Amino acid sequence: MSLSVRFAHRFGDFSLDVAFEAPAGVTALFGRSGSGKTSVINAVAGLIRPEAGRIQLGETVLFDAERRIWVPVHQRRLGYVFQEGRLFPHLSVRQNLTYSRWFAPRRPGESFDHVVGMLGIDGLLERRPAGLSGGEKQRVAIGRALLANPRLLLMDEPLAALDEERKAEILPYLERLRGETDIPVLYVSHSMAEVARLATTLVLMDKGRVVRSGLAHEVLSDPENVPALGIRAAGASLHATVTTQEEDGLTRLEASAGPLFLPHVDAPLGARLSIRILAQDVILSRTRPEGLSALNILPATVTAVRLGEGPGAVIQLRAGDDLLLARITRRSAQALELAPGADCFAILKSVAVAQSEVGGAG
Amino acid sequence: MADWLTPDQWSAVTLSLKVSFWATALSLPVGVAVAYVLARREFWGKQALNGLVHLPLILPPVVTGYLLLLTFGRRGAVGSFLEDTFGLVFAFRWTGAALAAAVMAFPLMVRAIRLAIEAVDPKLEQAASTLGASPGWVFVTVTLPLILPGVIAGAILAFAKAMGEFGATITFVSNIPGQTQTLPSAIYSFLQVPGGDAQAAQLVLIAVAIALLALLLSEWVGRAVARRIAGS
Repeated sequence: MSLSVRFAHRFGDFSLDVAFEAPAGVTALFGRSGSGKTSVINAVAGLIRPEAGRIQLGETVLFDAERRIWVPVHQRRLGYVFQEGRLFPHLSVRQNLTYSRWFAPRRPGESFDHVVGMLGIDGLLERRPAGLSGGEKQRVAIGRALLANPRLLLMDEPLAALDEERKAEILPYLERLRGETDIPVLYVSHSMAEVARLATTLVLMDKGRVVRSGLAHEVLSDPENVPALGIRAAGASLHATVTTQEEDGLTRLEASAGPLFLPHVDAPLGARLSIRILAQDVILSRTRPEGLSALNILPATVTAVRLGEGPGAVIQLRAGDDLLLARITRRSAQALELAPGADCFAILKSVAVAQSEVGGAG
Repeated sequence: MADWLTPDQWSAVTLSLKVSFWATALSLPVGVAVAYVLARREFWGKQALNGLVHLPLILPPVVTGYLLLLTFGRRGAVGSFLEDTFGLVFAFRWTGAALAAAVMAFPLMVRAIRLAIEAVDPKLEQAASTLGASPGWVFVTVTLPLILPGVIAGAILAFAKAMGEFGATITFVSNIPGQTQTLPSAIYSFLQVPGGDAQAAQLVLIAVAIALLALLLSEWVGRAVARRIAGS
């Protein structure tokens, strides 16, 4: 099932005019705060009624301004996970989780035990939301949305209110969710790391407009999008398989371009992982360097060069089957004569890869 | 208890309880509805409705009673209609006393409930609607449980106000022993006759006791409900 969104709406002097498709999988709406991401998700939910356009989910038209179709929120069969959880304070965790069943006949779908088990909230069922930690609340909110048997999952910065530890606790659940369900997920975020780990489709937004949309790995590895993504957050993902856990604490992985050594990755042997490499952590060399402390040296071919307006340049490389981005200076790009087709080596420091950038490959 | 009170005293106490009970019970659903639209809806004439609700609070009670007499009296526009259609008479009946008490207590009730509704985060109601609850169900399953302490406080406040209502009641339905003589009217009457002070004092004690009881009850119920909601 896929979601098709096209609408325009004005809020005072801010205008929103967007169009994109969200196929099954996770579609991330990415942009700065104030770019209109939450308004888009609220229009899809039916909490905002746009002035013009059309929103369709599978065969169902949720909104069509011309044909005056408007399905009210409670009939849209959504699962909406809000940034602040929004659990009902007067109900227990169990009652929160089963709230939607009061209004909808039992449909075959996610079973209570399965969802509770997957989110690890079995121990909290009889507690009240007031007594839960932020991470627990958010997992309950995700469970509550899933148990509504939604045809569409909406997540508005579900991890934004949490610290890094809690994020790390919930991200694997979301990755599992992506693997286990075939309903479209619309995921609003302004964290590049989250988007890179979760998104299959990426919609880049700026000032109420869609700047670019497409398959996440393509959008993320396109040097032209670097300014929109933010130069510090730009980077592409390598796919690799865990081969050995070495004695000195490093994990050896096999990427299509060669071996990779990372600080201990907590994953079983044979696990397929996606590792995001920030463009600013990549060093390029035309010859295979020797006597270097960096452990990861991958042969690569330049596929695109984007010279910035300032002193910087972004180089797109093909390393095996994966695309990488490297952010270097224009001076180096000229000195090394980096042009499409040029062969070079991409050098990655093992310790530059943060644990939060390593996720399951979707 | 009946043997230390004269029949007139006794009937004033029971009548006041009856009047206050019905005044509170019947105006409560209306009070919740009015408080809800005042708290959550924007519509033309909202300020007029707000003013109308609060009018009894600022008008002299005698004026309110007189206006009630004009409208709900047997020759009043609404009063004659209700008598012809439903056989319902307010003037000089205990029902009129209940109406007067309800009107006088209404602003207090609405204020308490409105404050409670404004304290409920509309985002919770939105969350409920995304989970499939229609607006009516959102109100019943989310809003109402969360405002329950406010509703109870409003009801008890209204009950206490109704027990003490004097000016509008005596203007609208007079002071007929056994029929429209409520507790405050009875106290007033006893104070008008020489040697009635003792009987008035007894009724004053009863009035104080009922008022204190209502206050304690509201505190206790309010706290119990709040505890249940907070879930600690």
